[in-house]
Amino acid sequence: MLVQRLGNRFTQALRESSDFRGDLSIVVDPSSVVEVARYLRDEEGFDYFLYATAVDWPARDPRFTVVWEVRSLANKTRIRIKTTAAMPEPHVPTMTEVWPAANWHERETWDLLGIKFDGHPDLRRLLMPQSWEGHPLRKDYVSFGEPVIFSDQKLEGLEPDAIRG
Amino acid sequence: MRSVAETRVVQEPFGPGPAQEPFGPGPAQEPFGPEHEPPTDWIELNMGPQHPSTHGVLRVRLKLDGEIVRDADADIGYLHTGFEKSFEEKTYTQGITFSDRMDYLAPPINNVGFVMSVEKLIGVEVPARAQAIRVMMMELARIASHELWLGTAGLDLGVYSGFFYAWRDRELVLDLNESYSGVRMMTSFTRVGGVAWDLPEGWIEQLQRFIDVMPGRIDDFEAMLTDNPIWHQRLQGIGALSAQEAITTGVTGPMLRASGVDYDVRKAFPYCGYEQYDFQVPLGVNGDCYDRYRVRVQEMRESLKILQQVVDTLPAGPWITSDRKVALPPRSELSKSMESVIHHFRLVSEGFKGPVGDVYAFVESPRGELGFYLVSDGTNKPYRMKVRPPSFCNLQPLKKLVQGVLLADVIAIMGSMDFILGDVDR
Repeated sequence: MLVQRLGNRFTQALRESSDFRGDLSIVVDPSSVVEVARYLRDEEGFDYFLYATAVDWPARDPRFTVVWEVRSLANKTRIRIKTTAAMPEPHVPTMTEVWPAANWHERETWDLLGIKFDGHPDLRRLLMPQSWEGHPLRKDYVSFGEPVIFSDQKLEGLEPDAIRG
Repeated sequence: MRSVAETRVVQEPFGPGPAQEPFGPGPAQEPFGPEHEPPTDWIELNMGPQHPSTHGVLRVRLKLDGEIVRDADADIGYLHTGFEKSFEEKTYTQGITFSDRMDYLAPPINNVGFVMSVEKLIGVEVPARAQAIRVMMMELARIASHELWLGTAGLDLGVYSGFFYAWRDRELVLDLNESYSGVRMMTSFTRVGGVAWDLPEGWIEQLQRFIDVMPGRIDDFEAMLTDNPIWHQRLQGIGALSAQEAITTGVTGPMLRASGVDYDVRKAFPYCGYEQYDFQVPLGVNGDCYDRYRVRVQEMRESLKILQQVVDTLPAGPWITSDRKVALPPRSELSKSMESVIHHFRLVSEGFKGPVGDVYAFVESPRGELGFYLVSDGTNKPYRMKVRPPSFCNLQPLKKLVQGVLLADVIAIMGSMDFILGDVDR
């Protein structure tokens, strides 16, 4: 069993594992997530990177769950690696040195959720304009809340809420 | 080279200096070609966002040494519409209409991928007839998407007549879409637990005519291109990825298979009953643009084989689950059963709830593995919906592929990737 082998090898780092609807997930301490990833790639054959993302849980501490999912093409198995990141500056190590394909996925996660990936070679915004402020996929980022100002309105003296369309 | 959008000589190429745009956190990094100090006669060329070969709105910043591309940086996001955020605000059933607007050239496949993630989360069985209808719609979408790719990628390289043939044939698929769902492109035909409607009368006959006519049409195409020396010169040996590189860079779908990696979700992890149908996974050898072309043409033939098998074995029976907690009751029950009225009201007004958990469901789209990572907090809406778009993964190695090639080959390489910017940007 993969989880048992992981548990034996990473007794401290592996916090929990779950098997929900056949999807295997492990929660790993952020400090050793790269080490676990390297083991998964080199020893267990997880060679194909699927995606990276994060989930925002405002009520939790640490607030963010960062997720990477990889597949072994030969064994036809998948594993989801999760770790956590706390406010105010959520950051986790990058996976780009283990799976180079994580590059854009992590850039997107930085862009949309504001997770910094330490050691990422090119951590710029990807989908939003470079000058954008905020991270749209955070739960406290209100969609459809952009201020709209019509030409006959004056900007001065208006509270931002009053001009929201 | 036609349609050069904007050229300028780089005055002070890559010195540290003040960063022009804020690039992410930390110290502003040199965005572009950090390794070397290039000669000052390199020019920076903006390809796009309005370039015809970008098939959408993509901007590529190229660094050119004469005609040779030294570096490239893809600037995406022009079609970013926040679908992932929108999913969080709609119920599972309402989310279906978002899914087909992402990859707008294969909407049925997005529909199926989306509802498969919800079905996996709540654990609902899909009847065999619904599975068969899904397979037919998906394979039609695959053919239509590859046809459109053939037409437009050929057009980029000067195959003008192919464009008209391709769009004529794609029109047949759109007609089939229309007679089934009422809509030519954004079908939104799936529902959690099945499909929205049964097949209309005469649809199978219409599909059979399509299956009969298409092999000849594909032959016409191949006669025009496969052994065409100009087509060979433009595509062979261009943009090659070895099998190992293809896996490392994370490309998927025909790009992965053109490099010889035998991975197709329909074979590796069969869904919707694909295990019942006999078909091959076409593989390339060299991983260049020409192999990608061959793989896609062969895939259309395999899709036709699958379609014929579905038509021959189409099961009868219900087309949506009888689980009233997720699927609307039939219209006829509403006038007879109070319980059905209550179910109907609950489903329409607030939808159904999913258990707490997260699942990843994936399908084979014309561009590769399309995945939906769904996180549920137990309410009637997705808490988080991450889409793994195949075009995004295929576009990522652009920089690696175009380094050292001629500028004209960039068009061929980008054409061979078959990315859809709606899918890349979401």
